[in-house]
Amino acid sequence: MINKTVKNAREAVADIPSNCMLMMGGFGLTGIPENCISALLQRDISGLTIVSNNAGVDDFGIGLLLKKHMVKKMISSYVGENAEFERQLLSGELEVDLIPQGTLAERVRAGGAGIPAFFTPAGVGTEVAEGKEIREFDGKMYLLESWLKADFSIVKAWKGDTAGNLIFKGTARNFNPMMAAAGKICIAEVEELVEAGELNPNEIHTPGIYVQRIFQGKDYEKRIEQRTVSK
Amino acid sequence: MLTKDQIAQRIAKEVKNGQYINLGIGIPTLVANYIPEKLEVVLQSENGLLGIGPFPTEEQIDPDLINAGKQTVTMAKGSALFNSAESFAMIRGGHVHLTILGAMEVSENGDIANWKIPGKMVKGMGGAMDLVASADNIIVAMQHCSRTGESKLLSECTLPITGIRCVKKVVTDLAVLEVSEDGGFILKERAPGVSVEEIKMKTAGKLIVQGDIPEMIFE
Repeated sequence: MINKTVKNAREAVADIPSNCMLMMGGFGLTGIPENCISALLQRDISGLTIVSNNAGVDDFGIGLLLKKHMVKKMISSYVGENAEFERQLLSGELEVDLIPQGTLAERVRAGGAGIPAFFTPAGVGTEVAEGKEIREFDGKMYLLESWLKADFSIVKAWKGDTAGNLIFKGTARNFNPMMAAAGKICIAEVEELVEAGELNPNEIHTPGIYVQRIFQGKDYEKRIEQRTVSK
Repeated sequence: MLTKDQIAQRIAKEVKNGQYINLGIGIPTLVANYIPEKLEVVLQSENGLLGIGPFPTEEQIDPDLINAGKQTVTMAKGSALFNSAESFAMIRGGHVHLTILGAMEVSENGDIANWKIPGKMVKGMGGAMDLVASADNIIVAMQHCSRTGESKLLSECTLPITGIRCVKKVVTDLAVLEVSEDGGFILKERAPGVSVEEIKMKTAGKLIVQGDIPEMIFE
C-alpha cells in the first residue's frame, strides 16, 4: 500500500499557493476541515477561490479565512450565516458564485468523475440559467452545467487509514467524498488514523485512490450552529 | 389569523401515508410536529439523511448530526446516511414525493421567489432551486402579506425567481389556496374568523372564489 501520511495540518497545506482553486468539504460547520483551516490561517497567502457549500460563520470555519482577506471568490449555495461575508460581498471586496446546492454537488462529482457537463432542471427560468444552454428532454427543460475541479481539495473524515481510505460519520459526510475526487491533490484530515488493513473494506466511503495526503487532526471543536433539543 | 404552528398543523393534513418528504427551513420544519403518528412517512434532509428523528436530548446531541437548517437532530429507526450528490439525486430523480418550503412571493401561475432581495439580502438558494425544479408536489408555507402589509400572492413575482410553474398549493395565515393550471389562486379554505373579502383584499394576484368557502377545522 502507498503510504499517504503527512505529519500534521501545517505540512499538509504548506505548498498551497496564492490565487489557487480550493475545495473544502462541510455543510454548515459539520464536517469542515478545522485543522487545515487553522493551518491556512498561519500561511501568508491570498486570492483563493474556495468551493464550499457554505462560508462558515463570522468567527469559525471559512469565516476566519474571509476575515483575513485570504479569499477572492466563493463558490457556494448558501452563505446566510456569515455577516462578514455579506458585508464583503455587498461592498464588492469579495466575488461570489451562488449555485443551487444539488448543481454544486453534481458539478463537483462530475469534476472528479471525468464528466465535463450534464443537464439539470434546477434553475430553469431563473437568473442561474442566464447564458446557459437549455435543452428539452421528454417535454421538460434542462440547463447545461459544467464540471468543477480544484487544485487542492481539503476534506474531513471520521476515520481514515494510511492508504487514504476514508469513513465519514453522520451528516458530516455531505460534500466531502465528491470533493476528495475533484481535487488534483486531496488532503484528508481524520479524527482517527489507523494502519492500512485495519478498516473494514466494506465500510469505506471514499477509496484511498482519491486521497494524496492524510493526517490525524486534533482538538476538534465541532461547533454547533443551532443547538436544538427536545423538551 | 393562523399562528405559524397552525399553518404547520394545517399543512400536516396534506401528508399521506408512505411519503418521502423534504421540509424546508422555518414554518415547514414545524410540520413534522403535527404529522399523525399513524402515518408512516420518512423525512429527507438534503445534507444527507433519510429519516430525521426528533430533536435530541442534551445527552443525545451529536454535532455530526444536523438537518438542513443546521439544527441538531436524531435519526429515526431505519434511517440512512449519504453524501450531497446522492441526496440531490433522490430529489431530482423524483423520489421525494412532497416538498414543503417557505417563500417571499408566489405568483398566480405557480412561480416562487425565496432566495434573494437584490442589493439587500444575499444568502443563496441552498437546495431550493433543485427542490422546486424536481418535486411533483410543492406546498408553500408563508404569511399572506409581508411585514409592511404587501400581498405576497402576486400576478407575477417581483423578486428573482427560484423556480417557475411549480407551486401547487399555498397555506398562509389567512387561507389555503390551490394554484390553478390556467393561472390564479383558487381559494379552498379560510382561517377561522377571516372573511373572503379580507382574503380578496390581501391577494394581489388573481383570486378564484367558487361557491361557499369553508373555514379550516383544527382538532
